[in-house]
Amino acid sequence: MDGIHDMGGMHGFGKVEPEANEPVFHAEWEGRSLALNRAMSYAGAFTIDVSRAAIEELPPDVYLSSSYYKKWAVRLENLVVKLGLADADEIKAGHALHPGKSLKRKLDAAEVPNTLTRGSYARPAKAPARYKLGDRVRTKNIHPTTHTRLPRYARGRTGVIEALRGCHVFPDAAAIGKGEDPQWLYTVLFEGRELWGDNAELTLKVSIEAFEPYLEPA
Amino acid sequence: MAHDHDEHSDDGHDHGSELSEMQLRVRALETLLAEKGYIDPAAIDSIIEAYETKVGPHIGARVVARAWSDPAFKRALIEDASKAVLALGLLNRVGDHLIAVENTPKLHNIIVCTLCSCYPWEVLGLPPVWYKAAPYRSRAINDPRGVLGDFGVKLPAGTDIRVWDSTAETRFIVLPMRPAGTEGWSEVKLATLVTRDCMIGTGLPRQASEVA
Repeated sequence: MDGIHDMGGMHGFGKVEPEANEPVFHAEWEGRSLALNRAMSYAGAFTIDVSRAAIEELPPDVYLSSSYYKKWAVRLENLVVKLGLADADEIKAGHALHPGKSLKRKLDAAEVPNTLTRGSYARPAKAPARYKLGDRVRTKNIHPTTHTRLPRYARGRTGVIEALRGCHVFPDAAAIGKGEDPQWLYTVLFEGRELWGDNAELTLKVSIEAFEPYLEPA
Repeated sequence: MAHDHDEHSDDGHDHGSELSEMQLRVRALETLLAEKGYIDPAAIDSIIEAYETKVGPHIGARVVARAWSDPAFKRALIEDASKAVLALGLLNRVGDHLIAVENTPKLHNIIVCTLCSCYPWEVLGLPPVWYKAAPYRSRAINDPRGVLGDFGVKLPAGTDIRVWDSTAETRFIVLPMRPAGTEGWSEVKLATLVTRDCMIGTGLPRQASEVA
């Protein structure tokens, strides 16, 4: 969706402000917000694509004015209700008022060290890759109202296939319950000026990781 | 928006009343999910502890130091970083599709995730606030030299910039250039030069003179 999360190239957000000696979490609840999301994901309540989409669906004013881990907490509240794992009255009460549903599994403390590794999203290919190294490709001018990983700034632009990354779960399908629908993934390299015109310095290069359905031959 | 001020006060810099509101809100959510039987609070504690004490940029620093010391490891790292990092033995498992990109005198690499916050957690830990915030995500891809300026970094004019937008489940780590004057240094000592930011591309390694 063409949401506020798709920030690449926007103006007006000001300078980057690094914080010296930044703590991992700025408050106890931040860590719990992250960990609750991780534990529910482990339990099979949702996939990474469903959870990203749920952040993107936050109203723009909420997205911009909420800290990162607040967005995670609100996303989790919204998701458990949307997925029927809890009811809105229970979120309000802060207690279970009805029995829970059955999830795939439950994370216990002993298993946590084994869950710090990122899951694998590579899948067997259904068909040979359509593009090879060095091919010129154009990204499609798509504007799905649902989740996509093709950023707006890189739509309708011509670039070059720089790397093949294998066949991966396709987020656009997985996020809306259409299964994993694995697709080839490529690194597509663009000249800065193809994306930004004369605003980009002459030698800038920018790449995205692009799924095959995002691309057409150029 | 009547709550505009409150909405802003939990951004990590101003711990106002929003903080306690969020504390209560997240605690309520945890209680609910535990009572439903979905989560075990002990596992929640354990995840937090892992990210506060075990996983962090010290892991990436050891990877970079090894690459600086061992040309065969560096080749393996560039070829397949997931495999090479696993072989290093610092981690029991490494996720797929970790990709190391090498800085040279001609080319400086920068990593960003414009759509969310994708970051190589296994080797760098959790991302800093700025990495996940609008200024970096919006500007890193169209004004990377300006963003480097925000970090106090000035590259030589002859160094071109390449930005990697992490738009899929591939994850990137920058292999910075080994600082001059570090010949004969041990890997452990070299690792002290490797900052988190130099592995994102928003910084350069410490100079030899900066460590004892």
